[in-house]
Amino acid sequence: MDVRSESDPTPMTNRSTVERTSDRELVVTRTISGPARIVFEAWTKPELFKRWWVPKSMGMTLVACELDVRIGGGYRLAFDYEGSTMEFFGKYLEVTPHSRLVWTNDEGDESGAVTTVTFEETGGKTRVVVHDLYPSKEALDDAIASGATAGMPAQLDQLDELVATLPQA
Amino acid sequence: MVQYARARLDASFAALSDATRRGVLEQLGRADASISDLAAKFDMTLTGMKKHVSVLEEAGLVTTEKVGRVRTCKLGLRRLEEETAWLERYRQLWDARFDELESLVEELQRKEKINGRKKRE
Repeated sequence: MDVRSESDPTPMTNRSTVERTSDRELVVTRTISGPARIVFEAWTKPELFKRWWVPKSMGMTLVACELDVRIGGGYRLAFDYEGSTMEFFGKYLEVTPHSRLVWTNDEGDESGAVTTVTFEETGGKTRVVVHDLYPSKEALDDAIASGATAGMPAQLDQLDELVATLPQA
Repeated sequence: MVQYARARLDASFAALSDATRRGVLEQLGRADASISDLAAKFDMTLTGMKKHVSVLEEAGLVTTEKVGRVRTCKLGLRRLEEETAWLERYRQLWDARFDELESLVEELQRKEKINGRKKRE
């Protein structure tokens, strides 16, 4: 399915879109002001990545952020959440500077998604597309039912609090 | 999203076009049941009932869970609604995340410009 054809008809808006594009796929899209080179850097340098991946409003602390961004290299993120530590880890399958990153999400057994992020620069802005491909329809249904998805903790009450503070669509 | 949601709505109507399947939904509205319970109640073969249940499942009207050798079916009517709400929460999380990314990228660009100027001086 061509995701791009139907999403974001007004490139001036800054809002993110989320679509379940099939039984097994979730796609998040957003256009960021700035060149792909810098946006890519923010996704691949740990000291930059940890400054935005966990929004302040989420009330969680990132206690470890190790990114070995090369093909076959691993990553590990650890969060402090209500006194316990949660870990997310996996490895990079593809690394194409300034345009494409692919990684696995291995913390949840075999049900983990493969995440593909593409960066596409037009006129000084970068369109970021985050595509999660789950191994089966059940895996994505379960992730939704438990409130979790790739890289996100399950049962995040604080997520609801965060949502309550955000302007509604 | 629109296309996928529409496809699932079509699937729901197709699933409801069959009298047995409407009966199964009615039955599951009273209590959860295994496929073999349902097959017995509707006087059908196990294979026949499995097919009906999988049509309902694909339409998101029924969910099934296998425990041991028994597959239990339950109503899943609210599933699409819950999913839509979840997708919106997920979108808002990403929006917050991307907002922070955008300010960081702005900051990095500003620094680059200043450094560029310094180098030229």
